[in-house]
Amino acid sequence: MRFLRRFAAARPSSTVRGISTSCPRLSDALFVHRDTEYNNPKIPFEFTSENLRTAEEIISRYPQQYKKAAVIPLLHLAQRQNKGWTSISVMNYVAKFLEMPPMRVYEVATFYTMFNREPIGENFVQVCTTTPCMLRGSTDILRTVCDHLGGIKPGGTSKDGKFTVIEVECQGACSNAPMMVVNDDFYEDLTPETTKKVLDAFAKGEKPRRGPQSGRQTSENSAGLTALTSKPYGPGEFCLPEFQ
Amino acid sequence: MLRASKQAALIQQSATALGKRSFATVADPPVRHYGGLKDQDRIFTNAYCRHDHGLKGAMARGDWHRTKDIVLKGDSWIIQTIKDSGLRGRGGAGFPSGLKWSFMNKPGWEKDKRPRYLVVNADEGEPGTCKDREILRGDPHKLVEGCLVAGRAMNATAAYIYIRGEFVQEAEHLQQAITEAYRAGLIGKNACGSGYSFDVYVHRGAGAYICGEETALIESLEGKQGKPRLKPPFPADVGLFGCPTTVANVETVAVAPTICRRGAPWFAGFGRKRNEGTKLFCISGHVNNPCVVEEEMSIPLRELIERHCGGVRGGWDNLLGIVPGGSSVPVLPKDMCAEVLMDYDSLKDAQSGLGTGAVIVMDKSTDIVAAIARFSSFYKHESCGQCTPCREGTTWMMNMMNRMVEGSAHRREIDMLLELTKQVEGRTICALGDAAAWPIQGLMRHFRPEVEKRIDSFRAEHGGVLFGGRLKSEIDPTLATPDNLGANLIEPGDRM
Repeated sequence: MRFLRRFAAARPSSTVRGISTSCPRLSDALFVHRDTEYNNPKIPFEFTSENLRTAEEIISRYPQQYKKAAVIPLLHLAQRQNKGWTSISVMNYVAKFLEMPPMRVYEVATFYTMFNREPIGENFVQVCTTTPCMLRGSTDILRTVCDHLGGIKPGGTSKDGKFTVIEVECQGACSNAPMMVVNDDFYEDLTPETTKKVLDAFAKGEKPRRGPQSGRQTSENSAGLTALTSKPYGPGEFCLPEFQ
Repeated sequence: MLRASKQAALIQQSATALGKRSFATVADPPVRHYGGLKDQDRIFTNAYCRHDHGLKGAMARGDWHRTKDIVLKGDSWIIQTIKDSGLRGRGGAGFPSGLKWSFMNKPGWEKDKRPRYLVVNADEGEPGTCKDREILRGDPHKLVEGCLVAGRAMNATAAYIYIRGEFVQEAEHLQQAITEAYRAGLIGKNACGSGYSFDVYVHRGAGAYICGEETALIESLEGKQGKPRLKPPFPADVGLFGCPTTVANVETVAVAPTICRRGAPWFAGFGRKRNEGTKLFCISGHVNNPCVVEEEMSIPLRELIERHCGGVRGGWDNLLGIVPGGSSVPVLPKDMCAEVLMDYDSLKDAQSGLGTGAVIVMDKSTDIVAAIARFSSFYKHESCGQCTPCREGTTWMMNMMNRMVEGSAHRREIDMLLELTKQVEGRTICALGDAAAWPIQGLMRHFRPEVEKRIDSFRAEHGGVLFGGRLKSEIDPTLATPDNLGANLIEPGDRM
């Protein structure tokens, strides 16, 4: 594979193509690790003492002989400590921590989309563009985000290093479409204006209120409640006689 | 069913118009109208997070009320209650829950010394679906209590709640609920003072739609790539960590305690036969006020939208089509939308499905081909890559659909695409292949003329198109090209 790619790169770019070669395709994320200055196994990584405690607590949830079940939660924890991305040292450390072959950790880290294997900006902006959001105008939202952050492309980081933007699949807030996720929080019911407001707040280092930006509270009918208007019933109400 | 009752109504009308009834006419059973659930019959009373989601608030809303008595009733009582209530799995497949839970208690299960697990599927990722989220953040105690009740029914030792990684706030609320429940002695050793020990753990996923499939979820929970397993062995025999396991949806588990307390007949009183109960519906897309709402099963689709969402944007006549159950079910055109009821059987008869109850509404401004093509790219992105038909097929389907959006295809490619979907469907380990195929089949079933129109207008503008999307004008005439690429096929509308 590597040979092929090099071969493809070495060839002069011309319109003539050999019969047996197909054009090189770039997948959305390269699965192969290449040592770089910022990402190589020599960079040390270790859990802080607080995270170490959390990690032990997480491992205790699983049967003793299945320690490796904790790999995804531990990668989450380690990624959070490592400024939001999972470097090769993070993966190696987690592998050592859980006494499992590093390859098994690499497999997991490459399979799940929430593990970034390249550094990201201070704020990680994920814009949902799947159909329900698309119907409500997520294409505009994505364009607004990209333009507002200095004309970057999805997958890119703004020049000041404050924002990384990616396009993601359904985040499960479809009744509140269009939406985007900034770091851990959902910002819903967006319009281009409110999108800019949210981004500006993050640029200033503030944290705007999460949830719908349109004024409604969660996913209720925005024109007034059509359900759950009365006081909720209490314990034992409407229950069978034996459970009253 | 619907049509029959309409006809009957017509006959009755003409009979009353005449003013008399012949002896042969039978009195019609009263036509029952579904929908319009009252607040007192809603299970998820904090779906909009207006009240405290913590233990105190939950208890004030009736959670954890005499749970001990439910647990003490024993496994067969709980399972019988769930069977009587007619509850069907709310995750999409609609398998009867009581029956599924009973698979865990095979004769002689007591001799099996392995631990037994209940796994709750909170990996809500189906485009259009956002119902479990409201349960997780508004009513997390209903889920924790449901774990105990469902766990007791299947004699499980522990429950793992697999929540999707993106739900950070929801996971916090859930973790808070679990911690509170442990502290109050409601779960853990001697849960609720019943002498039954039961643990509940949260496990966060990391953003893979495929982990919503039950065996992929188990794999992921074991710390591996989320790739579905072949069945059999079914999870009830060999599941999580090699132990008997049952995977159930959040909503299914969370309604169990309320059903037990209020009685199976209460729950079975809603909806049509074999589709009983209440359900959370999430409506998104081109409606005036999209929302999540708990309603009676079998509510007419049109009524659901008009009662709770302020109607379709621009009025009902502006409707183009509706996807009634999340991305993996076929789209329905407007005239069918006016007729169907929101339940498993009615939608199945309409060649679609209830799925997760995620209604995606599209009005006439929608580019329907692009909307379905976006689903295809979703499935391409989320295919785990284990089975060849799905891994390759989803990419092909996406490429072909993307060409259909602008029309750079040959008319015969529509049938090729349909054949491709048929070749993927049913030939993979899990249902993701089927789910990728169905939206395309639905599109071609109801909106084929639209696709053909685009192909024709593209052809009129750019000249002939070969199979695969290359233009006939791009072909170098000095090279020998095979004749099976559709370059010389005559199409209707071509000038001879």
